[in-house]
Amino acid sequence: MTATETRPEQGEREIGRERRRKEDQRLITGRTRWTDNIVLPGMLHLAMVRSPFAHARILSVDTEAARGATNVVDVLSGADLADTQGVLINAWPITPDQKTPTHLPVAIDRVAFAGEIVAVVVARTAAEARDAAELVDVEYDVLPPALDLKEAAAADADNGGPLAHPDLGTNKSAHWVFDSAEAGTGGDVEEAIRQARTDGIVLEREYRQQRLIPAFMEPRSTVVDPTGEQLTVWSATQIPHILRFALAATTGIPESKLRVIAPDVGGGFGGKLQTTPEEWITVAVARRLSRPVKYTETRSESLMAGHHGRDQWQKLTLAATKDGTVTGLKVELLADLGAYVSLVGGGVPVLGAFMFNAIYKFPAYHFGVQTVLTNKTWTDAYRGAGRPEATFAIERLMDELAAEVGVDPLAIREQNWIKHEEFPFTTVAGLEYDSGNYEAATARAKELFGYDELRAEQQRRRDSGDPVQLGIGVSTFTEMCGLAPSRVLGSLDYGAGGWEHASVRMLATGKVEVVTGASAHGQGHETAFSQIVADRLGVPFEDVEVLHGDTAISHKGLDTYGSRSLVVGGEALVKAVDKVIDKARPIAAHLLEASADDLEYRGGRFAVRGTDQGMGIAEIASAVFAAHNLPDGVEASLDSDATFDPVNFNYPHGTHLCAMEIDTETGALHMRKYVCVDDIGNVINPLIVAGQVHGGLVQGIAQALWEEAVYDDSGTLVSGSFVDYLLPTAADTISFEVDHTTTPALTNTLGTKGVGEAGTIASTPAVVNAVVDALRPWGVHDVAMPCTPERVWRAIQGADKGGSTTGAAAPHFDAATGMEGTVDRTTGGTDA
Amino acid sequence: MTRISLTVDGAKVADDVEPRMLLVQYLRERLGKTGTVIGCDTSNCGACTVHLDGTSVKSCNVLAVQADGAEVTTIEGLARDGELHPVQESFRECHGLQCGFCTPGMIMQSVALLAENPRPSEEEIRLGLEGNLCRCTGYHNIVRAVQHAADSMDTPAAAPTGGLS
Amino acid sequence: MIPAQFDYLAPTTLEEAVAALAEHGDDAKVLAGGQSLLPVLRMRLNAPEMVIDLRRIDALRGIREDGEEIVVGAMTPHSVVAADPLMARHAALVPAAIEHLADAQVRHRGTFGGALAHADPAGDLGAPVLALGATFVAVGPTGRRTIPADDFFVDLFETALAEDEILTEVRIPRRTGWGAHYEKFVRVAHQWPIVAVAATVRAEGGTIAEARVGLTNMGSTPLRARGVEEALVGQPATEEAVRRAAALAADGANPPSDLNGDADYRRHLATVLTRRAVLSAAGA
Repeated sequence: MTATETRPEQGEREIGRERRRKEDQRLITGRTRWTDNIVLPGMLHLAMVRSPFAHARILSVDTEAARGATNVVDVLSGADLADTQGVLINAWPITPDQKTPTHLPVAIDRVAFAGEIVAVVVARTAAEARDAAELVDVEYDVLPPALDLKEAAAADADNGGPLAHPDLGTNKSAHWVFDSAEAGTGGDVEEAIRQARTDGIVLEREYRQQRLIPAFMEPRSTVVDPTGEQLTVWSATQIPHILRFALAATTGIPESKLRVIAPDVGGGFGGKLQTTPEEWITVAVARRLSRPVKYTETRSESLMAGHHGRDQWQKLTLAATKDGTVTGLKVELLADLGAYVSLVGGGVPVLGAFMFNAIYKFPAYHFGVQTVLTNKTWTDAYRGAGRPEATFAIERLMDELAAEVGVDPLAIREQNWIKHEEFPFTTVAGLEYDSGNYEAATARAKELFGYDELRAEQQRRRDSGDPVQLGIGVSTFTEMCGLAPSRVLGSLDYGAGGWEHASVRMLATGKVEVVTGASAHGQGHETAFSQIVADRLGVPFEDVEVLHGDTAISHKGLDTYGSRSLVVGGEALVKAVDKVIDKARPIAAHLLEASADDLEYRGGRFAVRGTDQGMGIAEIASAVFAAHNLPDGVEASLDSDATFDPVNFNYPHGTHLCAMEIDTETGALHMRKYVCVDDIGNVINPLIVAGQVHGGLVQGIAQALWEEAVYDDSGTLVSGSFVDYLLPTAADTISFEVDHTTTPALTNTLGTKGVGEAGTIASTPAVVNAVVDALRPWGVHDVAMPCTPERVWRAIQGADKGGSTTGAAAPHFDAATGMEGTVDRTTGGTDA
Repeated sequence: MTRISLTVDGAKVADDVEPRMLLVQYLRERLGKTGTVIGCDTSNCGACTVHLDGTSVKSCNVLAVQADGAEVTTIEGLARDGELHPVQESFRECHGLQCGFCTPGMIMQSVALLAENPRPSEEEIRLGLEGNLCRCTGYHNIVRAVQHAADSMDTPAAAPTGGLS
Repeated sequence: MIPAQFDYLAPTTLEEAVAALAEHGDDAKVLAGGQSLLPVLRMRLNAPEMVIDLRRIDALRGIREDGEEIVVGAMTPHSVVAADPLMARHAALVPAAIEHLADAQVRHRGTFGGALAHADPAGDLGAPVLALGATFVAVGPTGRRTIPADDFFVDLFETALAEDEILTEVRIPRRTGWGAHYEKFVRVAHQWPIVAVAATVRAEGGTIAEARVGLTNMGSTPLRARGVEEALVGQPATEEAVRRAAALAADGANPPSDLNGDADYRRHLATVLTRRAVLSAAGA
């Protein structure tokens, strides 16, 4: 390709610079455009009436008193909106026979989780809408809720267990299987297990992925303006393009009559990768009343009704030789969907299916997931989506295997991982890993961490019976990201593709407008994409303006999730820039009266080889704008569009090491040190990358230590505010040591790999491994997440009661302590 | 309705408000000061932090009527004569923000923290920000930003021994 | 979320405030700093018809000496109390507890009297004030009365204040030169304490002459650990001696079980935290 040979020279490169972010000026001065900031003439406000019950029939909805309240414009039940509200869609039915209950924005006959909307109040102010919402009288017939995941999976019409949706006759939604023997990617796992039971090691473990809440800082908000030809929808969403498509598909509004704008969006982490009842309702009310309408959720509503994440039981069987070489892995999952199958929620565990084998060479692999409906808030993507669950399971198992064999956890990993000279490597799950170097990342991490010194300190503390014990946790992770090759998504029955789109517009003054279909919500696209364009087009960083998040400007796109913006969207941008250069070349040749073949493009300029003649891209843009002197048959435009569809996922990896101090008297946990060395390929902006890693780490650490969405026996969310859903603060976290090794990705021009989810995926098992490592002298081999001080303390107490303080055969702590009905703390099986 | 008069970002304002109106609502809805945001309903997140008579408060946890006669500074009043406050500059310099939603509160609390303790240790910074939640940055660069601001605001006379860790 | 409608008064004298409270009775709520009340109103867990704001009553603010007592005005913000030199000298346990109370913004705005009158057993001020043997001064339509700390905390969110009374000041006996420590156990920093222990100790040459110990969130009210206090008297300030006394910390306590810990775990924590608090207060 012409452009490849005419890139700017090394010395001029923008890529790799620690550019301060373009986004920040408005954010640090408060000149922001959050959806809730939008005020339109005559705008009305909504308040939702939500079910307090997890499962109930709606007998009646009496709106009369609410209608009579001051400044109330309308009060609507589900029945009132039945013809216009549309339905919420599931874009990823993972099997043809998946059970998918109908999800109406406003429930009509029955509610299936606490927080489901049963009526909507429209008033002149949000406060008045809320006042009137309390006057709506809903009569319910309470039904038994299906709450516990295992019980729900086992319930059916015969045993009388509660059904989340009685008309389905089961809580089982879909069963999805991958088997390496069937797929031809490996051997028979049952045979491997049989063999290992005879003369090797079989580890059976069960891990709980607790339910989490994405808890983005900006509550969701939607404003709909029906004035004008297009219906304009502003929403705090990660997915303006998908939202537009889904609204068109289910409400009957032609896509061309819809404009969706995601203005400044305050974080998402998967939590705003959703099409929501609240969005559908706001659209329906605005259309019905022909008035602009706003709905902004409260934090309580956000925690209760925004989608949750994780929530799986993982049953794992690992077969290995006596010396610790893994011969097979069998994974059986139960995944809690909550009350409805969300946009891509059913597919979340499937995204993990290809990752349980991680960086290792397993000869045989079986994966099965049963998705299950319950009367709890729906679940869907949360940072990492499927891959953190897989990584947690395998990285915990590798530590267990190391303990069983009696070797260092890093040694057991090295024994099993793919060596750097073996890339590209096709895994037992059928993926081709293009690049990586696990040895290099691990060596660097060990050095930064002071691994040997900390191991020595650990031993000293053990020997002296120090009340504060030290644990060291290892996580050598990889992930598949950059969602995704469209063909792969198609083969998995996902409802859309995985390409991304970009446009480059050369303005008359030489400035450059760049349009991307990746919609940012804090990542720094405006800065990083400016660097890519500045680098490749050879224009000043400041001259590039990145536009996104408005379907009227960015007509095509698939938005931001799955660490895809740079590796898919960035590559689309590269292609669009190259097209601009290609279009400019004949014009430059014409204006310079030279042969196009004699031109080389470098530093934003076509130069005639062997002369000092040349012309800058701005000058060419100006000439194109004037169009006075263009070659015959050449269009008067340098603007270009490009769509990029990756041929493969990409596979960042890294080695994370964590040291935890455990106060054995109270169970209190203190993080002493955290080092991570990630290989994310080439880096566009090291500052932004470090920020992504830091934030990701804390979200993963928070799963290990603090966060859990807890329901009581009636299906009420107990952790329903920030008082009880424990997000860490600055005072709970530490400074991290972050470094990189680099093997460029081979599947995109920039050589980059995704980084948005890496920290979250890697850190959870590193922390839990450290906690368990500290407690191994007590015979503990698991602590359920979140590893609370109480659970740690009970682990130690339980071990004491068991009478054995050494060896993996010690009784499992949770067997000795039956406590707290709302939190199921069963965690492990027994060793072979 | 109750009549209130106060000074916000240097400007005198007066309005009739419902007693139940929160200060943050007043700032956003009446004055258009949408730089200050609402992140929760239990006063945990601190996104709405402003200065009220010189000290940091959570404006979602103050009634507008309670601010009658007071002087309020929001994120929008922090820069003077087009010059960013050193804490604002430091948040940009150190990449102390990503989505930016917590940032107004985080910056206002950092300014208050440094006013009370111009040379805080890392631990003092972390404890001083315990009332402000961030979901993006992992706090790492926020701490760096406050350290950087402390350095940049430092005058030799004000420097005690020790300094930043 | 937005509170339900209410009417609002901000009287400038205590007499006006008492009269207003008498007039509106249990339809009224007294607003001090509002750091606990406003979240309750916003969540609509309570919807008073009238809110009586004490902020204009200057007499309710400030810290002064009065004979053998330090007097803290009910409307004095936490941050002011914590920074006051009189408190540091004569009632060091209070600033030690305030250091950990909520967060900086709440400490700027929340008030000493407001927090105590709210009577959350997980609040950080109840245990120290109880341990210090403070006296609460209440003013109502029939005049002024004093309530000993032992009688003040009645139950969960319930005090000995009558519906028509306003807490005006808290009088703390001087414990000049006593060591003090507040040991708080949380999972994340912005959380209410799972358990906390307030200890203040007068040591004489390595021996504990007097000790006072209060417990946070170990029952429906703050508690005194009298058994510990008695067992400490005359003991050397050593790990072993204090451990023996601290083992009594949870005697008679009836702690809650919730997401953050079961009752038996809290009992255990109370003994460990008491030992640490006492040793630290004794300078050991």
